[in-house]
Amino acid sequence: MIQECKTLQGTAIPGIPGRLAVTLAPDCARLVLRLRPEGRAAAGTALGLTLPDRFGEVDESGERLAICLGPDEWFVLLPECEAAAADERMAATATSPFSLVDVSHREVGIAVCGPAATLALSSFCAFDLESMPAGSATRTILDRAPAVLVKHDAERYRIEVWQSFADHVWSLLAAVSREIALDI
Amino acid sequence: MLLITCPYCAAARPEIEFAYAGEAHIARPADPAALGDEAWRDYLYIRSNTRGLHVERWRHINGCGRFFNAARDTVTDKFAATYRAGDARPSALLSEGVQR
Repeated sequence: MIQECKTLQGTAIPGIPGRLAVTLAPDCARLVLRLRPEGRAAAGTALGLTLPDRFGEVDESGERLAICLGPDEWFVLLPECEAAAADERMAATATSPFSLVDVSHREVGIAVCGPAATLALSSFCAFDLESMPAGSATRTILDRAPAVLVKHDAERYRIEVWQSFADHVWSLLAAVSREIALDI
Repeated sequence: MLLITCPYCAAARPEIEFAYAGEAHIARPADPAALGDEAWRDYLYIRSNTRGLHVERWRHINGCGRFFNAARDTVTDKFAATYRAGDARPSALLSEGVQR
């Protein structure tokens, strides 16, 4: 029997009204898709998205999100109830060999929003977030934890980090929130 | 922290996203069985250990995941160029005393 681990369930970071809000993103299905580029269009249709073809590009519609992480690698977020159906559609319509792995329980989503979001994340992310275009995403390192970082716009980010590293990232965000609240 | 330009991402990214992967442009012998022990040892272990401009492999492991080649000065740590795996060494680097 699979035991679901939800490291951060029941925890909260006090927000700073008008400046910073750190919240857990709602549960969703996470899929890692490995595929040769020629099968991209068919796979996109099966998943209900357009799979981007450049590294870091994001296709977002409602709760669905597809990120191109590498030359043959996409990270797809879908509403929780759709994972099984997407898997079946992929199997039925794929035009080339592929690997679609459900990693929903491996990761946890954290939404970081507000005018101070870039400042908060920059305190433990070496990647230049100011110059990161809105509507893009990348795999990077947060302190020492590998994570996928999505920038929806200048004030809205989403972190996708492994459950086992989530506690560490969460405590960093809590510490940074306190510093920003106190204007340190 | 160093900034390394990944030729696939076409962007300067922080050093901690990368992993070093040894000297570049070392071709595996086509027929290892035909090699003597010494030649095989040379292929496996003997490296140029350059002081100065060194051509080496890197992997953008916490980014796009691709291997690529880079020319780095081993004294100053300055990256002279990065280019895609499989590409020939840029001709501009040949004149600067890159060995091998």
